[in-house]
Amino acid sequence: MALEYQYLFTRVQVRGPHYKGLPLPPGHDVRSKGGRFSHLLGKLGDAQIGPIYLGHLGVLSLFFGFIAFEIIGLNMLASVNWNPLLFVRDLFWLSLDPPLPQHGLKVFMPLHEGGWWLLAGFFLTLSLFLWWGRTYRRARALGLGTHTSWAFLAAIWLYLVLGFIRPILMGSWSEAVPFGIFSHLDWTAAFSIRYGNLFYNPFHALSIVFLYGSVLLFAMHGATILAVGRFGGEREVEQAYDRGTAMERAGLFWRWTMGFNATSESIHRWAWWFAVLTPVTGGIGILVTGTLVDNWYLWAMERGFVAAYPPIATPDPYLTGAGR
Amino acid sequence: MRDNTTNNTLLALGGVGALIGIGLLFTFERPPIETVQGGFRGTSMGQVYNPRTVNRLAAVNQVPPAPEPADPGGERARDVFQNVQVLGHLSVEQFNRIMQVMTEWIYPRENIADGCNGCHVPGNFAAEDIYTKHVARRMLQMTMALNSTWQVHTQEVGVTCWTCHRGQAVPAYVWSQQPVSSNGGGFATGPGEQNRPGRQVGLASLPNDPFTPYLWRAEEIRMQGRDQHPRPNSRQSIQQTEWNYALMMHMSTALGVNCTFCHNSRAFSSWEESPPQRLTAWHGIRMVRDINNTYIEPLRERFPPHRLGPLGDTLKVNCATCHQGVYQPMFGAPMIRDYPELLPPPEQRRAEAPAPGWVAGPRLP
Repeated sequence: MALEYQYLFTRVQVRGPHYKGLPLPPGHDVRSKGGRFSHLLGKLGDAQIGPIYLGHLGVLSLFFGFIAFEIIGLNMLASVNWNPLLFVRDLFWLSLDPPLPQHGLKVFMPLHEGGWWLLAGFFLTLSLFLWWGRTYRRARALGLGTHTSWAFLAAIWLYLVLGFIRPILMGSWSEAVPFGIFSHLDWTAAFSIRYGNLFYNPFHALSIVFLYGSVLLFAMHGATILAVGRFGGEREVEQAYDRGTAMERAGLFWRWTMGFNATSESIHRWAWWFAVLTPVTGGIGILVTGTLVDNWYLWAMERGFVAAYPPIATPDPYLTGAGR
Repeated sequence: MRDNTTNNTLLALGGVGALIGIGLLFTFERPPIETVQGGFRGTSMGQVYNPRTVNRLAAVNQVPPAPEPADPGGERARDVFQNVQVLGHLSVEQFNRIMQVMTEWIYPRENIADGCNGCHVPGNFAAEDIYTKHVARRMLQMTMALNSTWQVHTQEVGVTCWTCHRGQAVPAYVWSQQPVSSNGGGFATGPGEQNRPGRQVGLASLPNDPFTPYLWRAEEIRMQGRDQHPRPNSRQSIQQTEWNYALMMHMSTALGVNCTFCHNSRAFSSWEESPPQRLTAWHGIRMVRDINNTYIEPLRERFPPHRLGPLGDTLKVNCATCHQGVYQPMFGAPMIRDYPELLPPPEQRRAEAPAPGWVAGPRLP
């Protein structure tokens, strides 16, 4: 039966006694006491829930993140006159907008003209960095490399460019992104239109390459491992050395179809770099928009990579004298 | 065991399918969809139509049958009737004809005598006592200007009372300034009214009143840089862009077209790549400013309070007032041909110097 090996869910949940994990190094806080099993979550991942390690960084990060969440949510609720029904109905439209353009880079301004936005951004950034420190310290405590932290930092980089670094270079907080579902999408469209079509921004293009590349690699890798699951291929390490194992077959599949294949280790390096370079190049693209390049279409015209179509040649009313 | 697995898998697939189905239900339009290519191949400058929508629009955008043309010869209306200020140059027959159709266009549900009373004091047609008469007189002057000075926008389709009124004393698609719905005090967000689903801006989270700055005042609409590198004197903010975007969404919804009707969307600001409709629309924006500033807003004192908006300004015009969801009012039927009475008198046609570059508008208090 073909469907048998196309798992949507974990089919066999192996459940031993509750496992606390490795002992913590001296000087670290204790993990939470709790810990239980969940059959439903076990369908998706490991059935054991907890214990969790929160520590100082985790507690502070959640606290400041909660403050940011509350500032944004209460501002949205205030904007519908504290009407919970309207709040639910219009939630996707509601937004906490960045400061008005006339406030420039001021730190103190009326709360309802951007002060709340600045506060929310400050606490959210604080929360993100505390959580970043947490990923770094937990990796170190387990004796791991810190790859996760640096990947997370790549995402924080894009967040900072959008909401902090570029607005400062542009001299106005109003350039930043609003907190809101549709409003941040509208911001994205308006940003591209204002700066002459981000499509012609080469860093934007690179970011898309890495984004789609990440998707492709993820699909290839996921498919490969699931496909060799019938030979126990998801248990990679002990399989890597021998002939005829699931891992060798996985490699051979790609060697036979493409002539070249990743190794069990390098496929993850590819994936990591593709994922990390997506926000890194995207951030560079945002950073130079408006600061170095004002109109990407004209920029690309000058460099000759805009496709040429026959002009329709509608006269510009400003040039023909009809304008002011 | 094996059957169980298959069942589970099928169940899961069914669940995913149902989710996608629900998503489609809320986002997609039922086919058929017809695409009309507008620009050069490869530019994807297509207009997208659904025959159901087009049929519905066609049904409500009909031109009423025109009465027999009137003899332009004979005595002038100004010599026969008292106090005829705008239409005095018409023949009596023409004058009666246009009064007749105005009644049908604006007060169709009344019998003919009551229809006249919409603007006239019963028994004394020369009297000036009803405000609607002053309004109608100004609207006739406006219509004449739209059919002459503003022909650069109205072209051969022209404008009659019907174009906006469609059988209603107050046109269906008008706008006035709206009060801000939030009284959140110091806790409120954002400038003006934004981040609320506004039908006039295509239900986006954009500013809900792009009309005041662009169709009443004459704020700068262009915001793309004219140079590839930033220049200190050409700083347009993202916020200005969102206001502009809101206006464009209004134009798009009012005309039932998408961006590529007027723009090659790869370079919105480039005139060289824009279809000629953009020039018509450009003049249309100036025309609407002229209508609102020269003809409608000066009537503010004339209107009774229930004919004004909640903030006390008049009910003004935007693109939807005439277009009503169609790229040309009534799908481009050249209605003005049947109503020469609504053209300015021949001696005025030259005197009214064309002012297609009209942009200035009085600043608001």
